[in-house]
Amino acid sequence: MSRQSVAKAHQKIQELSWEPQYHTPVSHYGTDYTFQKAQKKDPLKQVLRSYFPMQEEKDHRVYGAQDGAIRGNMFRQVQERWLEWQKLFLSIIPLPEISAARAMPLLFRTVPNPELHNGQAIQMIDEVRHSTIQQNLKRLYMNNYIDPAGFNSSLRNFQNDYCGTIGRQFAEGFITGDAITAASIYLTIVAETAFTNTLFVAMPAEAAANGDYLLPTVFHSVQSDESRHISNGYATLLMALSDESNHQLLERDLRYAWWNNHRVVDAAIGTFIEYGTKDRRKDRESYAEMWRRWIYDDYYRSYLVPLEKYGLVIPHDLIEEAWNQIWNKGYVHEVAQFFATGWLANYWRIDPMTDKDFEWFEYKYPGWYDRYGKWWENYNRLSKPNGHHPIVAENVDYVYPHRCWTCMVPCLVREDMVMDQVDGQWRTYCHEECRWTDAVAFRPTYQGRETPNMGQLIGKREWETLYHGWNWADVVSDMGYVRDDGKTMVAQPHLDLDDPKKLWTLDHLRRMPEVQSPNVLLNQMSDAERAAFVADYNRQGPAGRPAPAAS
Amino acid sequence: MTETQERSVPKPEFTDAEAGAKVFPDSNARSYNYFKPAKRKQTHYEDVTVEVQPDPRHYLAQGWLYGFADGRGGYPLDWTALKAWGSDRPEPERFPGSGGKGYEWPAHGWHEFRDPNEEWELTFYRYNSNVVRQVNQNVENARQAKAFEQWNPNWVNFVARNVGAWMHVDHGLGLYLYANAQRRAPTNMHNNAISVNSMHRIRAAQDLALYNLTLTEEVPGFDGSAHLETWNSDPAWQGVRAAAEQLTSIWDWAEAIFAGNVVFEPLVGELFRSHLVQQIAPRNGDFVTPTVVGVAEYDFAERDLRYTTAMFGLLTTDKEFADHNKSVINGWLAKHVPTAIDAGRKLQPLWSQTDAKPPRFEDSLDAAKSRFAGILNSLHLDVPKELSQ
Ligand SMILES: [Fe+2]
Ligand SMILES: [Fe+2]
Repeated sequence: MSRQSVAKAHQKIQELSWEPQYHTPVSHYGTDYTFQKAQKKDPLKQVLRSYFPMQEEKDHRVYGAQDGAIRGNMFRQVQERWLEWQKLFLSIIPLPEISAARAMPLLFRTVPNPELHNGQAIQMIDEVRHSTIQQNLKRLYMNNYIDPAGFNSSLRNFQNDYCGTIGRQFAEGFITGDAITAASIYLTIVAETAFTNTLFVAMPAEAAANGDYLLPTVFHSVQSDESRHISNGYATLLMALSDESNHQLLERDLRYAWWNNHRVVDAAIGTFIEYGTKDRRKDRESYAEMWRRWIYDDYYRSYLVPLEKYGLVIPHDLIEEAWNQIWNKGYVHEVAQFFATGWLANYWRIDPMTDKDFEWFEYKYPGWYDRYGKWWENYNRLSKPNGHHPIVAENVDYVYPHRCWTCMVPCLVREDMVMDQVDGQWRTYCHEECRWTDAVAFRPTYQGRETPNMGQLIGKREWETLYHGWNWADVVSDMGYVRDDGKTMVAQPHLDLDDPKKLWTLDHLRRMPEVQSPNVLLNQMSDAERAAFVADYNRQGPAGRPAPAAS
Repeated sequence: MTETQERSVPKPEFTDAEAGAKVFPDSNARSYNYFKPAKRKQTHYEDVTVEVQPDPRHYLAQGWLYGFADGRGGYPLDWTALKAWGSDRPEPERFPGSGGKGYEWPAHGWHEFRDPNEEWELTFYRYNSNVVRQVNQNVENARQAKAFEQWNPNWVNFVARNVGAWMHVDHGLGLYLYANAQRRAPTNMHNNAISVNSMHRIRAAQDLALYNLTLTEEVPGFDGSAHLETWNSDPAWQGVRAAAEQLTSIWDWAEAIFAGNVVFEPLVGELFRSHLVQQIAPRNGDFVTPTVVGVAEYDFAERDLRYTTAMFGLLTTDKEFADHNKSVINGWLAKHVPTAIDAGRKLQPLWSQTDAKPPRFEDSLDAAKSRFAGILNSLHLDVPKELSQ
């Protein structure tokens, strides 16, 4: 269609919407925001007559590339270190995608501007596209990659694994609670506008460097829909800003959404990009460098800051703090170390780091070896079964961490851990901001104001609770992370598939000490013990090292 | 928002990481193993759809993490009054040392539904691209062949007003019934099928609107805004409008889908499309409108109704709750059939507005009713007495 006919077509479809006269439409979702009904321009001008063929054309490219990859036997050049982490990533991401689809109707009644609803409906089906195209990519990996274990059990695993649970926030946060907090601020303004860059652009670039050009093909295709979604969010945000009484809630939600996205996305994607790659060329950007460019410069400086003049209170302190966590406090390294500590409770294999990796880390993150080098040497030493336990039960100068009740990533930057008694339970949080999210933000009042539509944090948020007192072999069988011989584990702390004797089995786990839930233990302590626990914990680290003996 | 930047990539390295390169436990386990396929072999559609939306009753060990203000998260089963076997069992309790296990998959009957259209990304865009191409081409051919010149003024008026008015039905239901409902059903299979349904209706609305735009440009005397006045105040259309509004006011997602696809579409949608427009357009020298209306007719009859009967057929034959479901549905029928019949009857004046006459209204309505009765029959439901109105 010509530009002129697109404009006319778009004008015409504005005639479609109408106001009910006889019945009130059902209102399933609430918000504490207020919106004035105002004639608004649909920012997208998307007409299905051109939308469908455009998407079909993108599909041709994706499926063409997939056929080519199989014909050309791409998997002979794919790095296993990389593809193993895709077992985690691709188990999680189809749910956030489909949840974004499910989130769209939360905005229909709460934002009373029918001009925006057309764009939201198209986003809905875009997200169905994303979810199924990603499931399909995973299926292709399962069929063509050397080790299908973990891909084949993907959607069972992500539902009961603690990493899957961490990632699930990135979906459930879109579809529950205050409709605007969820479907607009958390989903569109923060997750899509800021973090899809690392998810769908930075990570695929790393995939290509590891011999996998299908992930980029699929995810660039996904990302090409994202600018429309970002416009959806922007239009809603501007409307929210136009009502003074929303500013307090916007400030709250931006703080929560920013911090939670940082905790969750930077943990996962940071680990994939830094520890899942074999590309150790010094001129390749580190995750920190990518973050600085894409999140700090492009999102924060170019997108958020200009909104300040409309009255948006921007969490400058938290943006700087996220950077501080990544650059000074080793957030990504701490997370990767923890994932590797807990390799036995997962459904992918984690490759040990080598001297070449060490050198790159030291170059990109000066001081890395002093902090993490020894531990990774131990990981390597303990990677093949040889009469010892998995690393989590060996003495390698690592204190098993407590979980953050809010973001569910463990409290890894030990000095930042805070404890609070909330809803009658002692809880640990990775950072004051996560405590605030649970104890202050997700409550029916906020700074003296009624917020009856605000959601709640629910669920069994500490994974270890469920397995308190269990033998590890039973834990792994209960979760189903066992291969088809009935005893070899899906997870392995190395990539060597040549010799079955090098593969860990349930029998190796049987001899380990039982799982203990840090949170259950915390709640059994006396007040004095708890105070001592916090004091000690805050003196631990980096790299999970025990607190130095009191001098 | 960031442009993709080309980055230099290291030289390819041979890793031999392809399927079959080595033999070890699971080396041949190349199918998704967390669900039972509906037929013997799992389909591509199932692979990309089943279990994406988790369920605390089987695998979701830590439960839902974020809730609404009332503390309920996810997709509560009681967002509809219908039940599938297993629905009444309590959610598995998890507590310190409980382990993660829930009920054996699928845990309840909702997970047994499969969309017989097997819609996912690839099929969806292929189908709808073909539709918009086809509609475009038909309208464009007609324009070039000057096919609209044969229309007499009464017919021009009929298309402007009545065919035009239907775009509002499609648009309103597409968004506020179907798109709204796809947040609420208990499995990904339901919600994806419903979102596809939603897009059919939104697309059909745009098809009609853009057709209306072309006619405005091409046909002298064609009033491109007449559809608005018709929809807003023509008494013949106010029954349809009230019925459509009633559909968007339904709280229960399954009731909304049922009332939309089992009651309203056969008794009102097909009455208008199949038993009026498609019948009289050719007699009035119009061979184009039927091709535009025909794709919506096909969407419903061949695809949307198909998933709907599969979805409700499972529930009316459920091994535990068939009777419960049938009695709930009978209540829905008693509520929605009279509204639909009323909407259909109010449309009656349309049957005498054109020069070349359609079949008798009562014959059209009877045809629609018997189609409706047939659908109920296939769902093992009795025809409600309200149908005789
Ligand atoms: Fe998406
Ligand atoms: Fe946290």
